[in-house]
Amino acid sequence: MAAITVEHLSHVYSQGTPFEKTAVDDVSLTIEEGEFVGVIGHTGSGKSTLIQHFNGLLKPTSGRILVEDRDMWADPKKIREFRFKVGLVFQYPEYQLFEETVAKDIAFGPSNMGLSPEEVQMRVQQAAQFVGLRADKLEKSPFELSGGQKRRVAIAGVMAMNPKVLILDEPTAGLDPRGRDKVLGEIKQYHKTQGNTVLLVSHSMEDIARYADRVLVMNKGKVAMFDTTENVFARSEELAAMGLAVPQVSRICRGLAARGLNIDPNCYTIEQAKQQLLALRAGKGADQNA
Amino acid sequence: MLKDITIGQYFPGNSVIHRMDPRMKIVLSIAYIVMLFMAKGFSGLAVGVVFLAICYGVSHIPVSLILKSLKPVVPIILFTAVLNMFFVEGDPLFQWAFITITKQGLSTAALMSVRIVCLIAGTSLLTYTTSPIVLTDGIERLLSPLKKLHLPVHELAMMMTIALRFIPTLIEETDKIMSAQKARGADLESGGLVQRAKALVPILIPLFISAFRRADDLALAMECRCYRGGEGRTRMKQLKLTSRDIVGAIIVALTIVAIILLNIFFPLAIA
Repeated sequence: MAAITVEHLSHVYSQGTPFEKTAVDDVSLTIEEGEFVGVIGHTGSGKSTLIQHFNGLLKPTSGRILVEDRDMWADPKKIREFRFKVGLVFQYPEYQLFEETVAKDIAFGPSNMGLSPEEVQMRVQQAAQFVGLRADKLEKSPFELSGGQKRRVAIAGVMAMNPKVLILDEPTAGLDPRGRDKVLGEIKQYHKTQGNTVLLVSHSMEDIARYADRVLVMNKGKVAMFDTTENVFARSEELAAMGLAVPQVSRICRGLAARGLNIDPNCYTIEQAKQQLLALRAGKGADQNA
Repeated sequence: MLKDITIGQYFPGNSVIHRMDPRMKIVLSIAYIVMLFMAKGFSGLAVGVVFLAICYGVSHIPVSLILKSLKPVVPIILFTAVLNMFFVEGDPLFQWAFITITKQGLSTAALMSVRIVCLIAGTSLLTYTTSPIVLTDGIERLLSPLKKLHLPVHELAMMMTIALRFIPTLIEETDKIMSAQKARGADLESGGLVQRAKALVPILIPLFISAFRRADDLALAMECRCYRGGEGRTRMKQLKLTSRDIVGAIIVALTIVAIILLNIFFPLAIA
């Protein structure tokens, strides 16, 4: 079953005024259940507008969005139901924290779902574990924590709703490299154990290359590409034309291949490149020994 | 949704009125208010209306904007009109039970309504044609004699400027926080008054925190650029009175004279 199906979605901001702007233009796509999808696109390409449609924060100007094959806006009064199915973590989510303690803040989402206090407690513990928050942090005020910890609390607040689809809008913006790896690792772990669908919006091609199964490329409000990570990064000229880049390691591999080295020009993670280079060296060694 | 709110209703343009010195515009606006209250009859008020209409014409402000600025005061206008209609004594025109409407009441009601409309439209013209920053600059300069009385004029003006500057920023921030809490299932649209007030907590607390954070950052940034209050501070844009300001002042003065004359020679309406 498809997790999210988008049919001819368009969104126009400030329709009928001089400030009218089409942010998403006739987009159709299907996101399968359990996928890890990377979303990339230049600033203003419509990716933020698109993902805000997935959990009903924005209403389509035209077109339909189906979550688990049900039309989201069939009954606008029931839109909250879909917000629990599709969790959205905004950019800089730590600015939404407000409760006295970390535990209470994480519990905000699940409490809104109307779960029993025991269930909420369980969800909070579970979510805290996913983002690596120790138990003693749970009773602290969220405002005492460091920036990276606040970020993880905010992400846990959405994970605790256990949404079928988890969307993260640049969850690593402004974090140091270690915090970034940690947060992304936790998200990957969550995806693995829960088997939920994850959408990751990022400007870092390296992160996308490392974690995503498929990549959605947005350009000027339209879907430019939606394919496996390998296929997307193989089209580096097209990406460059959209103001996007391929991971650095792809560029190195391509350069090496162009210089006549027997290496796959389309490898896009450091791991792949390493294996190829090691294999190459081993092969060379074998040649010399022979 | 929230973005539709307009505060600081500046309508950019390049008319004579737009380019006038803000100090002169403030003074003339006050003069115009005085003028409205000096006009005792319909003829005097008509001069006030015509004067304002010409000003709006010159400044190229669309009529729809004027109507928009008048919308919030409609209840006040209706309220004053009704009060005047029923409570001014004079020759009864209409009588039913204890309700009496008099001729004088009716004319006072009409007079007051026109006056309030002119008052709002007149002062709106000032804010339509003057950007908030220039306006506070003008206020600061006008109030600067009060510095001798140890009134912190510069600080007050700076506070106003900063407040105006941050309104759009905070609106955007509120929008973002609202979306984030809605994504966590916050229900902002239903429930009774108490429930709705409670639903605001998750929005107001992050908003306050971010406002404090911004204040801290701004203070630091200002200090880094050696801001230390108004003492000895020079300006990038010097305000200068030009011929158009003097012409404006003369026109307003002549209009006031006309109204005084009309008051003397045509004391119409109101006995």
